Amino acid sequence: MTYLYAAYIATWVIHIAYLGSLLRRYTRLRNEIAEFKGQIEEKS
Amino acid sequence: MKRAFPILAVLTGVLLGYALHQALVSAPTEQTMGDVQRIFYYHVPSAWTAFILFFVNFFASIMYLIWRANKADIVALVTAEVGVVFCTVVLVTGPIWARPVWGIWWTWDLRLTLTLVLWLIYVSYLVLRRFSSSGQTPLLAAVLAVFGALDVPLVYFSIWFFRTQHPQPVIGGGGSLDPRMLHALLINWLAFSCFAALVCWSRYRLEVLRREVDETLALEALLEPRGSQTRISPTGRAG
Repeated sequence: MTYLYAAYIATWVIHIAYLGSLLRRYTRLRNEIAEFKGQIEEKS
Repeated sequence: MKRAFPILAVLTGVLLGYALHQALVSAPTEQTMGDVQRIFYYHVPSAWTAFILFFVNFFASIMYLIWRANKADIVALVTAEVGVVFCTVVLVTGPIWARPVWGIWWTWDLRLTLTLVLWLIYVSYLVLRRFSSSGQTPLLAAVLAVFGALDVPLVYFSIWFFRTQHPQPVIGGGGSLDPRMLHALLINWLAFSCFAALVCWSRYRLEVLRREVDETLALEALLEPRGSQTRISPTGRAG
């Protein structure tokens, strides 16, 4: 049973880690957009 | 399309829950291996999903090579990335199953080795896309993907044509599977396929947005007089 649970937990750890990396990239991109918008507003 | 995403997400969540119940509770216990055989309900659907994603990557790469379509390039990148995630699951759950059944974590068996090679090919594809800033990167990546996809049928058919330590195919290979086990297997495959589609969708939208931002920044940098350019520089990299 230990091996079974280890395999299932490992599967979800991998998927959640990848989803976390997507979320991190999305947040970084949103910050870049906000920064860029701020720069444009500063100029105008 | 935006409204369909949360609906698909909820359906996928329910399906994954049901599939987990089928794998752990409803499917009968295999007589020889016992409960450890249930790893099969995550291992096999993950492998099938990875193969499908690599095939989509192959066709998208071909389309990019023929038409230089930007969307095809994004689809190729997205499917390779999600495919690597599923292939990683296969390479992790396989040894966890092998340890109690074979007594070893890993053996340089044909199918195992070819699966590792497949994973390495697509990891190198992603490394190329991540770290090369050349304008030729999508083209080089598409060529690599076309050659990389040749490994997928080799992995799949390796247990049909060669004597390997890996178990024989349960569907279409002459083996018999209890109908409840088959049901659990197919439900898990459906659930993981929906999950993969959902993740690909999110990753596709992220990549489109990333490229739009990069293009806007590049345009802004071109239009601005020298010395007063925007601080954020276009990276030209993936996601």
